[in-house]
Amino acid sequence: MNRSRRTPPLFVSLRLGLSYLLLVSLSLVFLTPILWMISSSLHSLEGVFAVPFRWIPEKLHWENYRDAMTLIPFGRYLLNTTVIAFAVIVGTVFSSTLVAYGFSRFRFWGRDKLFALCIATMMLPGQVTMIPLYVFFARLGWVDTFLPLIVPAFFGSPFYIFLLRQFFLSIPYEYDEAALLDGASRFRIYWQIILPLARPAIATVVVFSFMGAWNDFFNPLIYINSFEKATLTLGLNSLKAQIIGSGQTQWHILMAASVLVLIPNLIVFFLAQRHFIKGINVGGLRG
Amino acid sequence: MASVELINVTKIYDNQVVAVKEANLEIKDREFAVLVGPSGCGKSTLLRMIAGLEEISKGEILIDGKVVNDVPPKNRDIAMVFQNYALYPHMTVFENMAFGLKLRRIPKEEIRKRVNDAAEILHIKDYLDRKPKMLSGGQRQRVAVGRAIVRNPKVFLFDEPLSNLDAKLRVQMRIEINRLYNRLNTTMIYVTHDQVEAMTMGTKIVVLKDGVIQQVDSPLNLYNAPVNRFVAGFIGSPAMNFFSGRLERNGGLFFVSELFRIELPESIARKFSSENRDIVLGVRPENIAEVGAPAGDNFSAGQTILVDVVEPIGNEIFLYFRDSSQSYCMRMPPDHVYKPGQNISVVLNLSKLYFFDSETGLCIA
Repeated sequence: MNRSRRTPPLFVSLRLGLSYLLLVSLSLVFLTPILWMISSSLHSLEGVFAVPFRWIPEKLHWENYRDAMTLIPFGRYLLNTTVIAFAVIVGTVFSSTLVAYGFSRFRFWGRDKLFALCIATMMLPGQVTMIPLYVFFARLGWVDTFLPLIVPAFFGSPFYIFLLRQFFLSIPYEYDEAALLDGASRFRIYWQIILPLARPAIATVVVFSFMGAWNDFFNPLIYINSFEKATLTLGLNSLKAQIIGSGQTQWHILMAASVLVLIPNLIVFFLAQRHFIKGINVGGLRG
Repeated sequence: MASVELINVTKIYDNQVVAVKEANLEIKDREFAVLVGPSGCGKSTLLRMIAGLEEISKGEILIDGKVVNDVPPKNRDIAMVFQNYALYPHMTVFENMAFGLKLRRIPKEEIRKRVNDAAEILHIKDYLDRKPKMLSGGQRQRVAVGRAIVRNPKVFLFDEPLSNLDAKLRVQMRIEINRLYNRLNTTMIYVTHDQVEAMTMGTKIVVLKDGVIQQVDSPLNLYNAPVNRFVAGFIGSPAMNFFSGRLERNGGLFFVSELFRIELPESIARKFSSENRDIVLGVRPENIAEVGAPAGDNFSAGQTILVDVVEPIGNEIFLYFRDSSQSYCMRMPPDHVYKPGQNISVVLNLSKLYFFDSETGLCIA
């Protein structure tokens, strides 16, 4: 190593400082709405609209959270949403990994065309299938049940299939061959070799599908009619519509409820990020 | 323990590339067969067909006398060691070795015993709880071998298992695999592109080129009696020299090339039916000696060459000389100093000459 060629330390710290400045300021831009939400959730209703806005309220109105949880049956909605989200995750992960495994590991006639077709379904806007799907589920008698929200997840999702297939393709086929010689069936290879190795990709799918199900407003709005089967997003909406006393939406309570709804998203994200940041380590192969 | 037999085995890929052409081969019970050849010669494809990982386009493969063309890999009772080991990264060494046994529903105690025994043989007992990524290349290789031996298969297949190791480790593992063969005393089929590995390990060597089996023989027979120019050039290091020239009758029978004019003894001359033909003479580097070196009647008359490059490697010296088109090598004892540009007089060992047809490459004499 030639010492004189090394970058001077001052330059390094300057560059590092600039990167951090840029990262912090960009993060602030993205964080502002969330910070506003958290701040508003601790204001009184007047405080929410005070000009100039006080980021840290004079008095912290923790009772907003209590109100948010009592004005609507928060516990019930939380349970409903959790059940749906959990089932959607299981369904999505199982079906999408299985289909992706097929596309990445088997050679069969028309495979690539079928894959293209599968990907092409991503281009169908949801609005196009909304009415036929509703009619379909209505005929099955599934309206006002969780089934229309859960069952479709068990039929794979093209985006996740694509994502997983690409990941599976990066897993060397030698593992499959070694397992075949070890006496494993194709399903066992999927279950005991491919799935554990695809943890980073599966973590991504879990996070995305959880957020999709947790934050879904539209589908519950269409299919769920009964009060006691509603999800948190429907609850938030009903809260918005609730007029108490002043005849005005209770923004501070709505924000408190929103913060509560947001928390599981953050938890799932932080639990999963360890996996998808770590990435795959193929220590079984050389190098 | 089992025999493996290939009858007219052909592999044609979807893109019409013929990887293996009409391969016929018999590997007897407890034989250590080595498939060797340059890259792309079809040796791995052949091995993978025996393993059942590759479909057979034509012909039949028999293990223990039974046709296995349509038998899935897991039912062939074979184990394979892959070039890149293919250890399951998410499992420990123990789990890697036990995986195949668990699938065969072998009792837990038995699994533990077998894995421990194999680990003992391969000196990996201390690593049983580690994941593959915490092991060195050599240790991973041992685990891969261990995974194969715990199964007690009828046939072991090795697909270039040493090619990812450094030179020193390769020699060491080569010896260990040899030792393992003596200990397990079972049928082994080993693929390599390294002719030294082939010569030192196999009891039977199969030389392949362009998907065609060139010669099947014992290591020494391959070296001493190659059937064609390819085998002659492939086996041996440094490789055999090939001098293109002509046979000429002028009193006796002479081989005449750009560098040499050698009178052939009657024992060789009588093997040629026609004279005045183009021919290729093959001479191994150790069969060219300097005039004055201990020589008997078997040597040719002295021929003058110009030393081009000198490579002293300690126990011997490689001298290179050339004609207008190519370079040749000769092996010299280490106790003499040679300089490039020096003229020396050399003799050829007449009892170790090989003649190849200049067109077909077949060994004529």
